[in-house]
Amino acid sequence: MSEKVNKHGKKRVNFSNITKKDFLDFLMNNAIIIVLFALMVVIVAIEPRFVSLTNFTNILTQASTRTIFALGVGTIIVAKGTDLSLGRQVGLAAVISASLLQAPDYLYKMYPDMPTLWVIVPIVLVMIVTAFFSGINGFVVAKFKVDPFIATLGMMVVVYGVTSIYYDRPPYGAQPIGGLDPRFAKVAQGYFKFGEVIIPFLVLYAIIAVVFMWFLWNKTRFGKNLFAVGGNAEAAAVSGVNVAKMIILVYVLAGLLYGLGGALEAARIGSATNNTGNGYELDAISACIVGGLSFSGGIGSIAGIVTGVLIFQVIAYGLSFIGVNPYLQFIIKGLIIVTAVAIDNRKYIKRK
Amino acid sequence: MQENSLKENTAYLLEMNEVSKEFPGVKALDGVTLKVGKGSVHALMGENGAGKSTLMKCLFGIYHMDSGSIRLNGSDVNFTSSKHALDNGVSMVHQELNQVRSTRVMDNIWLGRFPKKGLFVDEDKMYSDTLAIFKDLDIKLDPRTKVSSLQVSECQMVEIAKAVSYNSKLIVMDEPTSSLTEKEVGHLFNIIRAIKEKGVSVIYISHKMEELEQICDEVTIMRDGKWIATKKVSEISTDEIISLMVGRDLTHRFPPKTNTPKDVILKVENLTAVYQPSIKDVSFELKKGEILGIAGLVGARRTDVVESIFAERQATGKITLNGKEMNNKSPRDAIKNGFALVTEERRATGIFANQDIYFNSVIANIDRYVKSFSILDENKIIEDTRWVVSSMNVKTPNNKTRIMSLSGGNQQKVIIGRWLLTEPEVLLLDEPTRGIDVGAKYDIYQLMIDLAEKGKGIIMVSSEMPELLGITDRILVMSNGKLAGIVNTKETSQEEILRLSSKYL
Repeated sequence: MSEKVNKHGKKRVNFSNITKKDFLDFLMNNAIIIVLFALMVVIVAIEPRFVSLTNFTNILTQASTRTIFALGVGTIIVAKGTDLSLGRQVGLAAVISASLLQAPDYLYKMYPDMPTLWVIVPIVLVMIVTAFFSGINGFVVAKFKVDPFIATLGMMVVVYGVTSIYYDRPPYGAQPIGGLDPRFAKVAQGYFKFGEVIIPFLVLYAIIAVVFMWFLWNKTRFGKNLFAVGGNAEAAAVSGVNVAKMIILVYVLAGLLYGLGGALEAARIGSATNNTGNGYELDAISACIVGGLSFSGGIGSIAGIVTGVLIFQVIAYGLSFIGVNPYLQFIIKGLIIVTAVAIDNRKYIKRK
Repeated sequence: MQENSLKENTAYLLEMNEVSKEFPGVKALDGVTLKVGKGSVHALMGENGAGKSTLMKCLFGIYHMDSGSIRLNGSDVNFTSSKHALDNGVSMVHQELNQVRSTRVMDNIWLGRFPKKGLFVDEDKMYSDTLAIFKDLDIKLDPRTKVSSLQVSECQMVEIAKAVSYNSKLIVMDEPTSSLTEKEVGHLFNIIRAIKEKGVSVIYISHKMEELEQICDEVTIMRDGKWIATKKVSEISTDEIISLMVGRDLTHRFPPKTNTPKDVILKVENLTAVYQPSIKDVSFELKKGEILGIAGLVGARRTDVVESIFAERQATGKITLNGKEMNNKSPRDAIKNGFALVTEERRATGIFANQDIYFNSVIANIDRYVKSFSILDENKIIEDTRWVVSSMNVKTPNNKTRIMSLSGGNQQKVIIGRWLLTEPEVLLLDEPTRGIDVGAKYDIYQLMIDLAEKGKGIIMVSSEMPELLGITDRILVMSNGKLAGIVNTKETSQEEILRLSSKYL
């Protein structure tokens, strides 16, 4: 420790003292974003053509519906829950919306005599359906105190059954529901074009969902109560929060997002089967966890969720782009989930 | 110098010399010295944040001290972990007990070193060894009982027995009596005397002055990470200790009572909990500007009284506030009707640990910040939080700080502030000063008196007799779920309250 009065010198000494520790802290606190960048650097180094407007647009488009799902299950995770039924609910929404919006001249329509509907009608309908099933999850968790893992595990199986019964029916049996109404397909596949720049509608929907959820989480009573219930349910109850009602609302909200995302997913793919959405819950939950949400509840941010989704999308797209073996991609993804969370947890472990 | 220390070695079991520890920005320990004689009970006192825990953590190697030395039985030691300390005969009974609650008492005692017979655990030896220790310490417990079925005090005794089973020469007890009744404290003291006779030394950390004279031989006082004084307990008075601890002359532990009870504000008739065992037929009145204490032994269902009023617990009976009959179905209703409850378990049911001061200040009052479309008025939240921090005298770096990084006393002030924002008529405080240092306690007492002066009705559940006698106007005594009596504080005595406490046992 020098006693020099030289202000500049002292400042520099302090600066260099702090840098090393601060640099480490910075690395730790931003581990997830650094992982994302490191991976991008590797991918770009191997294949410089990865950096292109087309790829950028593709990644964002593919991330869109996933963002919507992750926002839904992320809200549940903050409320100290989880949702394994997400993927199957997406499948239900996709199958129902597709069946109600097949092109009038398509030969294998599920409902040959059905009049043409406004596109918005089936979308809202499936949102109500998934909100209902998800609301049951919430009710079972809130009122019967069933662990969310178990409650939604049961619901996952039930919803698959419901979807399959709806799907595997005369006149055509278990056939992929295709031949979608072009108006419906356009909802997901349409885009604005400004010169070279293409902005798909899907990305806009995702942005709207993100902004809406950000407001809900950060600026409303619902948001404060959400973090209260997730962070300390007993203290929330004492503070006058209706905990059961909050939990049910959280699941209903998630259900609405699953329904919306499911319909968009059907329109994006152009068809739906009873296996559409299978496994999406794991992608969405992984994205949330990598994005800094904690299973212990009451911790997380919308920015984290979006980052988490993007990380996975960039990895999936980038690794495929440079031709990495798809099975190896699974291994990389799995390692990223655990590593990112292990590093992130250091923030919450008491330093000694 | 060396000769001197050699001589001293024979007298002291533990010597911690000039221990310093610095955290970024804070000098947590500044040359602290602690010398504990063989077979003596040494009290370690100081306000929260004085550095007692840090000092103990340095002893156990949980923290690495920056400078200083530790000598045990004359030889230098430097423990690297609690296990290492334990192997050298130094053990700790924690304030928050770490026990595997789903297993039996003896499993807990021998955990990590089960006696073996071949490949299997030797159950018989485990049982007889445990029983022998229990007999030595006069603990009447079956070693085969499940820990989850024990009382807090019994868990504590098991922990002490565990320490003894390691042949510990030094046992550190961190606030062992904070959740015990007077009778249980008596038993604990007998155990401490028993281990003392075996030549075991005890470092006794406590906030309770009364216990000092009863059980301790010497006392070391710390303040702001510094050693302040070490005295024989017989040579120092309680007031002296307090003034050394707080560093100012605090001749009175309680602020002067300036409130005067007026008309009846709250009337409770035949309050009976739906799910028994709990309270039965409790009736009383609370006046405006009055502080009513609720006394009783552990298990007397004192907490149930305030929980039932707050509708956190289902109960039948009639509750009348300002002449209007209440029909609180949930805490939410109760809050709307002008009740507030500061719960006993601050960590479990009070704070939102991961949230900041803003969140923790306004959460119980969140409805009042809602503008249109359920969006919150942030300016009002900021303004009200500032009010909480300034009027409660909360010490925090800023309002964005997560509440878990504040001291217990400051957390409690935020929670009381939270409830004052709801502008309650009746304030229910359940053990409001538990685990809080002397200075912060005084602040909270002053606050209660100020609120009473403003015409609020205050009910305070407490296990601390001096606090009940020092701050309340009347004391309601619960015994086994029933109302044993209501006494005027000025005219009652500790003996009368104790007698009432055991009325229905």
